[in-house]
Amino acid sequence: MYLAIPRLPRWDRVKESFFSGERLKDSFPRLLDAFVLDIKIFAWSTPAILALALVLAIARSSRNPALFPIRIFVIGYIDVMRGVPVILWIYLIGFGVPGVGLERPFNSPLLWGSVALVLTYGAYVAEVFRAGIDSVHESQRAAARSLGLSNSQTMRFVILPQAIRRVVPPLMNDLVSLQKDVALVSLIGPIEILRQAGIDKAKFANFTPYVAAAVIFLSITIPLTRTTDYLLARERRRTSATRVR
Amino acid sequence: MKLEMRKVVKSFGPRSVLSGLDFDVAAGEVVSFIGASGSGKTTLLRCVNLLEPIDDGAIFLDGDEISQIGRDPNPIRRRIGIVFQSFNLFPHMSVRQNITLALTRVLEKSADEATEVAKNLLARFGLAEKLDAYPDQLSGGQQQRVAIVRALAMSPELLLLDEITSALDPELVGEVLDVVRELKGSGITMLIATHEMNFAQEISDRVCFLDGGRIAEQGPPRQIFSQPRDERTKQFLRRVQALGKT
Repeated sequence: MYLAIPRLPRWDRVKESFFSGERLKDSFPRLLDAFVLDIKIFAWSTPAILALALVLAIARSSRNPALFPIRIFVIGYIDVMRGVPVILWIYLIGFGVPGVGLERPFNSPLLWGSVALVLTYGAYVAEVFRAGIDSVHESQRAAARSLGLSNSQTMRFVILPQAIRRVVPPLMNDLVSLQKDVALVSLIGPIEILRQAGIDKAKFANFTPYVAAAVIFLSITIPLTRTTDYLLARERRRTSATRVR
Repeated sequence: MKLEMRKVVKSFGPRSVLSGLDFDVAAGEVVSFIGASGSGKTTLLRCVNLLEPIDDGAIFLDGDEISQIGRDPNPIRRRIGIVFQSFNLFPHMSVRQNITLALTRVLEKSADEATEVAKNLLARFGLAEKLDAYPDQLSGGQQQRVAIVRALAMSPELLLLDEITSALDPELVGEVLDVVRELKGSGITMLIATHEMNFAQEISDRVCFLDGGRIAEQGPPRQIFSQPRDERTKQFLRRVQALGKT
């Protein structure tokens, strides 16, 4: 590849529009600045998503017959939020809610864009948690209840800790996906990295800023995934005796 | 603790497992339940612990009906320990945490007090050095002994043992049964569902043969095993003997 690609007939043109050193040097600081906003949105949305998802998953897994209406509501909510593209929710909530005449700072598209992310990702992640809760064998519940633990204590100390450990990989999958979808919030206004890259691209008719943005995204998502893998492996080593090779 | 079961009925869908079972156990008595797979041994124990709601009849603990619908099961379960066939230790917790969880969260003991209880019981059953091990790091026999300790830590008045050696390798059965032998000496009331006929004969004050969701025959172990009266008991024991299990 290293040898073949430069021989392509228009490689020089592509190289200049996508991998220009000069454009990179010029754009990179602006892109990094803009990326801070992506990280902020990610940072405040993630805890909210996890909390919302956990509440939804617990409500959906509850067995109390009195909570049947809540279960139905949660199932409906998850179906609706997952059934519509994230980008549509960002438009609908980001433009729609401030439209009712909220005053600053409550009319910010940044706020409502984030809320849209939280509400949609909350639904996706809730299903991940629910799968985890369902995967814990019924006998664990029996053991906990037989010791006199209440339903909620059983959930908190016995079921959830096991469920969450099991779903960390799919959970990270969703968080990596969120990390990228944060960029969608730019479509209703806020200037984050993708938007900034778009501006720079338009100004200089050069695609290098997009490539730079891609590299910046990767610089976050790859360490994030590797760290989780490491933590999980360490946990497994701690709690189990031998590994089958 | 005195336990009475009156005309207890339990079905799973169309399958009737307990069909009008009557049973009494006196304080300090050790009773074994034998019978074919599916005869209702496990279900009986799970009903006593309220893990399975009964469909009809009543269960009394010291004269108090515990099987009423809507009654909070937690205070009752505190008085009744159960050990399961598959151990059911919490895999994400160390031995110490497995034992102290209910002590601190249900009986509201301090962490130090609870650890003290755990240490003493583990030492009593030769598991002192396993305090901070995780279930995965223990043999099956050790796991089951920890599960017994976990149940005992709550100081139950009644202990239910649900085929506690059935999931163990033959060479590990002995160490678990030794624990039960020691417990008998302590005077705790025990209900034991088991396939170990020799053990049932040795440890029990009374043996009940379950068939078709009822007690077909009960009596002192010597009588049940050497002079069974009921035809079904005879057949069952002959089958078991043919399998070489006694």
